[in-house]
Amino acid sequence: MKPDISQYPIVIEDLTVAYREEPVLWDVDLTIPAGALMAIVGPNGAGKSTLIKAMLNLVERAAGHVHIFGKTYPEQRHRVAYVPQRGSVDWDFPTNALDIVMMGRYGHLGWIKRPGKRDREIALGALHKVGMQNFAQRQISQLSGGQQQRVFLARALAQDADIYIMDEPFQGVDATTERAIVGVLKELQAHGRTVVVVHHDLETVPQYFDHVLILNVKAIAAGRVEAVFTPENLRAAYGGRVDMLIQKETGV
Amino acid sequence: MNPFDLIALIFTDYTIRTVMMGALVLGIVSGTLSAFAVLRKQSLLGDTMSHAALPGVIIAFLITGERAPLPLLVGAMLAGLLGTLFMGVVTSQTRIKHDSAQGVVLAVFFGFGMALLSWVVRQPGAEYAGLDQFLFGQAAATVEADVRTMAVIGGAALLVIALFWKEIKLVSFDPGYAHTLGMRVSLMNIAITSLIGVAVVVGLQMVGVVLMSAMIVAPGAAARQWTNRLGMMVVISAVFGAVAGVSGAWVSAAGVNVPTGPVIVLSATLIVVFSIFFAPNRGLVWESVRQQRRRAALANRRAHAEVPVGSVGSAEGATKS
Repeated sequence: MKPDISQYPIVIEDLTVAYREEPVLWDVDLTIPAGALMAIVGPNGAGKSTLIKAMLNLVERAAGHVHIFGKTYPEQRHRVAYVPQRGSVDWDFPTNALDIVMMGRYGHLGWIKRPGKRDREIALGALHKVGMQNFAQRQISQLSGGQQQRVFLARALAQDADIYIMDEPFQGVDATTERAIVGVLKELQAHGRTVVVVHHDLETVPQYFDHVLILNVKAIAAGRVEAVFTPENLRAAYGGRVDMLIQKETGV
Repeated sequence: MNPFDLIALIFTDYTIRTVMMGALVLGIVSGTLSAFAVLRKQSLLGDTMSHAALPGVIIAFLITGERAPLPLLVGAMLAGLLGTLFMGVVTSQTRIKHDSAQGVVLAVFFGFGMALLSWVVRQPGAEYAGLDQFLFGQAAATVEADVRTMAVIGGAALLVIALFWKEIKLVSFDPGYAHTLGMRVSLMNIAITSLIGVAVVVGLQMVGVVLMSAMIVAPGAAARQWTNRLGMMVVISAVFGAVAGVSGAWVSAAGVNVPTGPVIVLSATLIVVFSIFFAPNRGLVWESVRQQRRRAALANRRAHAEVPVGSVGSAEGATKS
């Protein structure tokens, strides 16, 4: 019997994505429970970013379905906030940090309407949550990489969504930023939000997340970290390359 | 004629006033769109569109048989858009990269336009002569009807930008994110490309198809040097466009035997060069002054051995908020 998919923030069925003839994702099934803080891990080219882009209709699906609280993504997009990779934009764009965070309000505003005082307050509050309140007026090219990442995170927070989908937010950031992001993730979870994060650092998975998807084109394993983040599953995804890390993790 | 007489003529002479007004409209419209073209890394799009517009102008002329401004601009616009459409098809359907596709479209459309042009101007009949002014532009031939058409079309383009300011900003900065907010990014891209096309055709008669592209690159590139705010950049870009346009038209109206297009472009180039060197913060001159100061400070500290070799501040300290 099929479970009621409208209870789940994200349900993915038989998802296949291909670039030209090469399949990047093959027949992926995934159910993400409400309030989960889930890492997506896997080797380079495993399709991690592609998977979240397919959830957001940013890449075309060859087959399969994505349900957001039981409906399609376009019907539910106001409940989903996306944090793209920092390197996907040109940070020399002439604007400041606050203006970028305000973009998180555009989806609520609709066409033509300008953001108002309340939107500004929400944006400032979001900057505060990531520890960037003193950088609101700073030109974005003058921010460090970690600060730029936090601005992107604040922009998603300003959307006030139920589901947060993040593409490598920990990529190349400083320790302050890493702490700030982890703090925000835990807080989102404490407020019942669902968070999905493409992550590359296996070492921090048990510490930062409670759910994990181990991916290599196919979904190798998904579930609670303590249940599925095992040496066998990791070896199935990474091959022999993680043996040293696994020893460190499991202490054997 | 000395410059002061010429300034006086702006207020008294109908022709010169018309030309100046036209140049002003052209400069403001192309300057505004130039800011977005530069930020969206679409500067060369103006080049392709203006060259591709040539056959459109001539075909529109052949169909209507007269030099009314509106049909010619519509022809130019359609041909320019057809060119960019071709470019899109070539890039998406083949493995040819964007820059090559741009080159191919530019050459093919412009070549076709030139072939048509040289055939048309050899036809008997006075109305056929002078079409080659669309190559390098001829400001002095501008009449009030032209200026009115330019102002209406250009004004409409500026209005669209003002209305959809936040959408255009978002799509230019982060199209992927804009898509997740529910914006039709591909439609927006077509719309912005069309606006750049409008800026191109507004200037065709005065600047010509060959050099109009400079007006889509230069003002925006220069304006970026002076400010870190988008709104300010667009205003400065419009002012730079207007200055370049008016100064070019002025020289042309003064009866110097130089086509307008090249003068406008030279003037825009001067603005760019000056901005690259002397703009505060981003200018090369100030950058080298800062660099020398830093070096001197560092040498001073080393001389006093305040910084032991090998001890560098941690990344943590540098980004503490």
